[in-house]
Amino acid sequence: MKIKFFLRVFFLCVVSALASPSYAQSGAGADPRSLIDALSKADFGEAEKLIGQLAATGDARLVPALNAFSEGDLYFRKSDNLVFIGKVSGSSYELTDPVTGASAGQAAKNAVTKIKINNSLRRVIRSAMGGLTLMSPDRGIRLQAADAVLRSPSAENLELLETAISKETDGEVKARMVEARAVSLLSSDRSIDEKRAAIATIKNYGGRNAIGILMGASASLDPSLKADVDAAIASIESGQRLWDIGQNVWYGVSLGSVLLLAAIGLAITFGVMGIINMAHGEMVMLGAYSTFVVQQVIRDSAPGLFDWSLAIALPVAFLVTGAVGLVIERGVIRFLYGRPLETLLATWGVSLILQQTIRSIFGPTNQEVGNPSWMSGSFPVGGMTITWNRMWIIAFSLSIFVALLVVMKKSSFGLNMRAVTQNRRMASSMGIKTPWVDAFTFALGSGIAGIAGVALSQIDNVSPNLGQSYIIDSFMVVVFGGVGNLWGTLVGALSLGVLNKFLEPSVGAVLGKILVLVLIILFIQKRPRGLFALKGRAVEA
Amino acid sequence: MTFKSKLGGALIAAVMSTTALQGAFAADDTIKIGVLHSLSGTMAISETTLKDVMLMLVEEQNKKGGVLGKKLEAVVVDPASDWPLFAEKARQLISKDKVAAVFGCWTSSSRKSVLPVFEELNSILFYPVQYEGEESSRNIFYTGAAPNQQAIPAVDYLAKEEGVKRWVLAGTDYVYPQTTNKILKAYLMSKGVAESDIMVNYTPFGHSDWQTIVSDIKKFGSAGKKTAVVSTINGDANVPFYKELGNQGIKAEDIPVVAFSVGEEELAGLDTKPLVGHLAAWNYFQSVDADVNAEFIKEWKAFTKNDKRVTNDPMEAAYIGFNAWVKAVEAAGTTNTDAVLDSIIGVSVPNLSGGTSTVMPNHHITKPVLIGEIQADGQFDIVQETAPVVGDEWSDYLPDSKNLISDWRKPMSCGNFNVASGKCGGKGS
Repeated sequence: MKIKFFLRVFFLCVVSALASPSYAQSGAGADPRSLIDALSKADFGEAEKLIGQLAATGDARLVPALNAFSEGDLYFRKSDNLVFIGKVSGSSYELTDPVTGASAGQAAKNAVTKIKINNSLRRVIRSAMGGLTLMSPDRGIRLQAADAVLRSPSAENLELLETAISKETDGEVKARMVEARAVSLLSSDRSIDEKRAAIATIKNYGGRNAIGILMGASASLDPSLKADVDAAIASIESGQRLWDIGQNVWYGVSLGSVLLLAAIGLAITFGVMGIINMAHGEMVMLGAYSTFVVQQVIRDSAPGLFDWSLAIALPVAFLVTGAVGLVIERGVIRFLYGRPLETLLATWGVSLILQQTIRSIFGPTNQEVGNPSWMSGSFPVGGMTITWNRMWIIAFSLSIFVALLVVMKKSSFGLNMRAVTQNRRMASSMGIKTPWVDAFTFALGSGIAGIAGVALSQIDNVSPNLGQSYIIDSFMVVVFGGVGNLWGTLVGALSLGVLNKFLEPSVGAVLGKILVLVLIILFIQKRPRGLFALKGRAVEA
Repeated sequence: MTFKSKLGGALIAAVMSTTALQGAFAADDTIKIGVLHSLSGTMAISETTLKDVMLMLVEEQNKKGGVLGKKLEAVVVDPASDWPLFAEKARQLISKDKVAAVFGCWTSSSRKSVLPVFEELNSILFYPVQYEGEESSRNIFYTGAAPNQQAIPAVDYLAKEEGVKRWVLAGTDYVYPQTTNKILKAYLMSKGVAESDIMVNYTPFGHSDWQTIVSDIKKFGSAGKKTAVVSTINGDANVPFYKELGNQGIKAEDIPVVAFSVGEEELAGLDTKPLVGHLAAWNYFQSVDADVNAEFIKEWKAFTKNDKRVTNDPMEAAYIGFNAWVKAVEAAGTTNTDAVLDSIIGVSVPNLSGGTSTVMPNHHITKPVLIGEIQADGQFDIVQETAPVVGDEWSDYLPDSKNLISDWRKPMSCGNFNVASGKCGGKGS
C-alpha cells in the first residue's frame, strides 16, 4: 500500500517534471503531454491545431484523452495548469493522467476547470480518433474508426487507411475502410484516374450520404470528372427513389400504429359500448405516468432492471387505468346509459379532474421517461433507416390488437360482452350479470388505453396534456373505421397514417392534417357508418 | 375543440377567482401587483414556473422592507391558456384589484389580447418572454429577447464557428416562428445565402410524428454543404422532435440544431445524452458563472423546496422586470402609472449573467446574448457570450418596419416613428 503510494507520488513528480519545462515552449515539441497541457490555455482555433498535432503523433495511447475531451471530461488543474481526465465521484473529481491513464488523485470541484469543447472541435477529434484507432486489435473499435473517418474525411488519413486496408482481415470492416478511403481520396492530390475509381466506389456504396459526399466534393474536383460525378449522383438518386417510397410507407404504418394504439381502447368503450368517452385520452396519460412511476422506482431501487422497466410497467399501467375505468363506470357512467350528451359532458368533466389531479401531484412540467437501450437508435434496411422504437411500437400495437381480438372472440368474457352489447335484455334473461359486464368492458377498454400510454411515453411528452392530443385522432380513427368493428379500427388507423405521410412531404404537415380531416368528412358523408359498417340486426339494437 | 377548452377555462377560472378574491381584501399599507400566468391548460407547463418566481421575488422584496415602506402583495389569477380570458383577467386585475403593475403573459397571442386593455386602462405590463418584435406599446415593457437579441446572434455563431452554408428554418405554425423566420430569411439572404439553401418548414402545435420532417432535414443536409437547423419549435413538440433526431442518428457534429424555445425547463423532461452539442441561444443559462446567479439559484431551490428545480431565461427576464419596476417606483416615489413610465427609462438593474440591464426608451432592455451547447446533465455549456445588445423592436431586415423606431421619452412619445417620413404612426401594431 505504502509502496504503491510512493510510486504514485514519484510517478507524478516525474510526469510533472517532464511536462513543466516543455510546457514553457508548448507546441514546439511533439511531446503529447505538453500538447495536451497546452489545451488549458487554447481557444477553439488553437485547440483545433493542437488536436491535429496530437493526431500526427500517431500515438494510440492518446485515444482515451481525445475521447474524454469530446465527452467534456477533460479538466485542467487551476494550481498548475496541468490537464487531466476527470470523472465525477461524489463532490470531487477522480483525476487520471491523460497519456498514461495512471491515477492522479482527487481534486475538489472548484480546483479544476473544464476545458471547453464545441461541435467543430468534436468533428476534428472524431477524425483524429478514427485515424489513431484504425489498427486497433478490437474489431468493434476498428469499425467505429472506419465510420469516423468516413464521416469526417480528411486527406491526411489516406495513407493510414491504405495501410489499414492491407492488414484488415474482417470483410465488413474492410468494406467500410475502402469506402472511407474513396471518400478521403477525393479531397487529396492523387491522380484523376484514381479519383474516378473512387467515385465509382462511392456510387456502389449508395445512399443519401454518398450523394452528399459527391455533391460536396464536386466543386473542388477536376472539371473533367464532373460528368462522372453527375452520372454517379443521378444513378444513386434513381435507386433511392424506390426506397424513398418504401420509407414513406413505413412512416405511414408507424404513424398508423400510434393511431391504432390510441384508438384501440376507444374502439371498445365507444365502438362496442357506445359511450362517448372524453376521458379516454386521460387513460392514455395515466398509463404513461404509471410508466414514469415504475421507472422512478426502478432507478432508485434496482437500476439493473431498467431495460425491463417497460415490461414491468405494462401490467401496472393496465391495472391502474383499468381500476380507474372501473370506478368511473360504477361511479358516473352507469347512471347515464342511453343519454349520450350527458355522458359526453360527464366524461369530459372527469377528464379535467384527472388532468388537474396529475398536475397537482407531479407538477405541470414534462416528466422524463427513459428509452431502454433496445428501443434507442436505428438500423439500415437497404436505402431506408428504421428506428428501433418505431419498429417495437408497430409490433406492440399489432400484438395488442391480436390479443384483444382473441379475448373478444374466444373467451367467455368476450362472449358475454358481445351478447350484452347485441341484445341486453336477452343476455340478462340468460343469466348474465349485465351491469358487471358493462363495468368490466369499460375497465378493459381503459386498461388497454393505459397500455397504449406505456408505448406512447416512449415517443411523446409525458405531461398532463398528453391525452388531449390523442382524443380527436382516436375518435377520428374509430368513426372512420366503422363503429363497433375492431378490424375497421385497424384498417382505419393504418390507412389514415399512410395517407397522412404521403400528403406531408408535398403539402406540409399543417395542410396535410387539414386535408386528411376534409377527406374524412367527405367520406363520412358518403358512408356514414365508416369503412366496415356493421350489418344486420345488431345495427338497430 | 374551442367549445371544450372555453368551458374548461371557465370552470377552472371560476375556481381560481374565488381564491383570488380571498387575497383581495388588502389593507392600505400594501402595494398590489398582478401575476397573470396560466396555471392550467397547455401553457401551464411553462407559465406556472414564472408565477412561482414572481411570488419568490415579492417575498424577497418584502423581507428587504417592501417598496416605498409598504409591503408588496401579489394577486395571482389564472387565465387558463385561453387568450380572450387573458384580457378579462387583466381587466379584473387593473380595475377591480387595483394593482400597480402586472407581470405576465407567455405567448404573443395572449400579449396581443391584453395590449388594448393595458392601453385603455393605462396600467403597466412586464412581459418576460422572448418574442418576434414588431411591437412597442407605451404600457408594455418587453424584458425577454427581441429577434436581434437571440435569433440573429445565433445564426451568426453558426455561420462563423461552424461554417454553416445551408439552413433549415423549422418552427411551429404561429406568429412567433413565422415572424422570426421571415426576419432570419431576410437576414440570411442579405448575407449572400441563396434562396435554394434555405428550407422553411412549419408544423402544427404539439406535433408528435417527426419521422418525415427529420428525414427531410437529413435529405436537405446531404447536399455537400454544412447544414444547420434553426428551430423555433414550441415547447411540447420539442421532446418528440429531439427524440426522433437522436433515433435517426443525426448528431450535433453533422447537423447542429439551434433552438430558441428550448431551455433548462424543457430539457428536464428529456434524456439529453443523444443531444449533446445541439445548441440554444438565450440571454441567460443556469450554468452562468456569476455570484448573483449562484445566489438566485440557491434562493429558488429553497423557495420551491426542490433541489432539482432548474432556472431558465424567462425567469431571469421576470427578475429584471421586477427589479426595474421596484427601482422606478422608488425613484418616482409613487406607483402612479405615468410617473413610473417616465422614471423607468434609463433604469439599470443587475441581471443574472453578472452584468447590468438597462431599460431603453423603446421599452426593451439591454442584455448579452449567450450561445450554449446542451450537456449530458440537461444543462448548457456556454460557448459564446456577446457584449450587451439593445433590443430592436422594429426589425431592420423587414421592409415594412426598417424605417420605424420607437422612443417613449417626451416629446416624441411614439411607438412607431417613421424616420423616412418623419411622422409618428407607420405600419405594424
